[in-house]
Amino acid sequence: MGRKLLLEHINVPGINTFDVYRSKGGYASVEKALKTMSPEAVVEEVKKSGLRGRGGAGFPTGMKWSFLAKPEGVARYLVCNADESEPGTFKDRYLMTYIPHLLIEGMITSSFALGANTSFIYVRGEMMPQIRILERAIAEAKAKGFLGKNILGSGYDLELYVQPGGGAYICGEETALLESLEGKRGNPRIKPPFPAIAGLYGCPTVVNNVESIAAVVPIINEGGDEYAKLGIGRSTGTKLISAGGNLKKPGVYEIDLGLPVEEFLYSDEYCGGIANGKRLKAVVAGGSSVPILPANLILKTLNNEPRLMSYESLADGGFVSGTMMGSGGFIAYDEDACIVRNTWNFARFYHHESCGQCSPCREGTGWMEKVLHRLEHGHGKMSDMDLLVDVSKKIEGNTICPLGDAAAWPVASAIRHFRDEFEWHVSNGAEAVTRNYGLAHYADPLPKPEVVA
Amino acid sequence: MLRVEDAQVSVEFTPELLNKFADIVSRYPAGKQKSGLLPILHETQAVFGWLSVDAMDKVAKYLDILPIEVYEVASFYSMYFLRPQGKYVLEVCRTSGCCLVGAEKIMDHIEAKLGVKEGEVTADGLFSWRGVECLAACGFGPVLQIGPEYTFYENLTNESVDTLIGNLKKGIKE
Ligand SMILES: Cc1cc2nc3c(=O)[nH]c(=O)nc-3n(C[C@H](O)[C@H](O)[C@H](O)COP(=O)(O)O)c2cc1C
Ligand code: SF4
Ligand code: FES
Repeated sequence: MGRKLLLEHINVPGINTFDVYRSKGGYASVEKALKTMSPEAVVEEVKKSGLRGRGGAGFPTGMKWSFLAKPEGVARYLVCNADESEPGTFKDRYLMTYIPHLLIEGMITSSFALGANTSFIYVRGEMMPQIRILERAIAEAKAKGFLGKNILGSGYDLELYVQPGGGAYICGEETALLESLEGKRGNPRIKPPFPAIAGLYGCPTVVNNVESIAAVVPIINEGGDEYAKLGIGRSTGTKLISAGGNLKKPGVYEIDLGLPVEEFLYSDEYCGGIANGKRLKAVVAGGSSVPILPANLILKTLNNEPRLMSYESLADGGFVSGTMMGSGGFIAYDEDACIVRNTWNFARFYHHESCGQCSPCREGTGWMEKVLHRLEHGHGKMSDMDLLVDVSKKIEGNTICPLGDAAAWPVASAIRHFRDEFEWHVSNGAEAVTRNYGLAHYADPLPKPEVVA
Repeated sequence: MLRVEDAQVSVEFTPELLNKFADIVSRYPAGKQKSGLLPILHETQAVFGWLSVDAMDKVAKYLDILPIEVYEVASFYSMYFLRPQGKYVLEVCRTSGCCLVGAEKIMDHIEAKLGVKEGEVTADGLFSWRGVECLAACGFGPVLQIGPEYTFYENLTNESVDTLIGNLKKGIKE
């Protein structure tokens, strides 16, 4: 049983209100930081914690904070990335819906550490209900003296605002997000300069994911060293995993990093196994952008070691046989899932979401969608697989922002691991439209863990 | 995409709406009022159901920016409608996670039930529908949302969709 640092009180009735949240020890990190610590000391604790960004890239949060430029007389900003649009990921929405004050508390403590006097939470526009929830929580916190001028008599001032997006996955990319927050199209900026030097309105800015900001609360309350004791190796602490697809118990789970994937998938404490007595075919472990793996490679690495839910273990084997932690969006595909159709679905997504600035991404995602559409609908050619790999290679690494890579990897990995299913779609075009290839040899090699009645 | 008759629709911003605009603009540093563009377009669409050229021009004037700066934003983001929609736009997630649990069948059902194709408006003007990308609720699919409040419906079945549409016809949302 892992420790719950973020979701411990999520089922307490009324935890979405200030009073109940406070009665459960809420806002203690603000009191501790503002009354007893310097901003530098708060940054130091976050460094010690080993916390890695929970938005997808896994960059150490403390290090990112220490890069923030601090020119005299220039405003600094903290912007929370609550755009959560990566297919498979739904942890931030969950956290904001049920325990909004945890995010508000994290924003206050983190803004203090960075010396920001105005901070924003950029929430994807579709999450209007969550925007209202956060606005209410901010008003409550302000009424209790935790926001506004001279917070808790410390002399520190902070205003916190919620900003809606307009429905564009690309605005999750941090520089596109800043453009959007400035009232423009979400076109990613060329880096450098990085936001730590020139971000919002050209001022030094830190952009962090909702879960990263929330994790600052237990880190300050218990100390960075204590936080770092949880997890495994350089994957410290706990992580929210959004588990969806063909699972018995889909939902958001807080795990200790290092939990075996098999336990996460099959134990009753977590996903409870595959729904409807079916068997597992494939998993996307970290949101749609990471390589898809067949069941046999997600449970064990090529060296036959159990694969763990950690940044390192999921990446074990590189792109040949591994994947990535990403945002923790875990999608399970059962034996009935069609990999070709799913790959087409992802390709359509990236084509739809490309901002259109770079030709390899704008044109390449369109080509991939087109070719996958014909494969799925029984009109593909045997040469299409190589064509797709070729297009994906020409996108990868040749674009302004990582959306290009994110579009290339799911296609390349699906062909790498499921090539015979693609070939079957070509050689059995008519049949491929009416039935699926099935489990084939992709199944998990372990004794079937669930008893089917 | 833009139809001539749509382009000529003119709008009036009420004092109440203008108050909302002012509250939004007060969040940003002096001179950075353009940051209010996305939220202001949401407020405008919530009142009129879509963004006419006149509405966008008046927003531009309010924010003291060029009309093109509004058009390019309104056309970039998927939530803004540049032509009239049904009173209720049913937006169903069409991405992988929801497809695994039947989103495509739900869209087929909606299409049959409403008798209009994706993007079209029913004859009574009440409904339109479309597929949208992942709505960050993949564990609770299939899901759909209805603006302008973006009321959210999870674990959809054909029956729950029928109930929802029946209720909306009676003016009941939730
Ligand atoms: C196309 C694209 C989409 C992204 N979407 C998100 C997102 O929805 N939420 C998020 O927190 N980070 C997202 N990121 C990562 C951000 O750019 C950034 O790394 C992150 O917000 C930093 O926060 P962290 O260090 O706390 O993880 C995305 C990146 C790319 C390239
Ligand atoms: S890679 Fe794609 S999304 Fe990113 S900047 Fe280029 S065109 Fe836009
Ligand atoms: S795939 Fe439908 S909400 Fe994510």
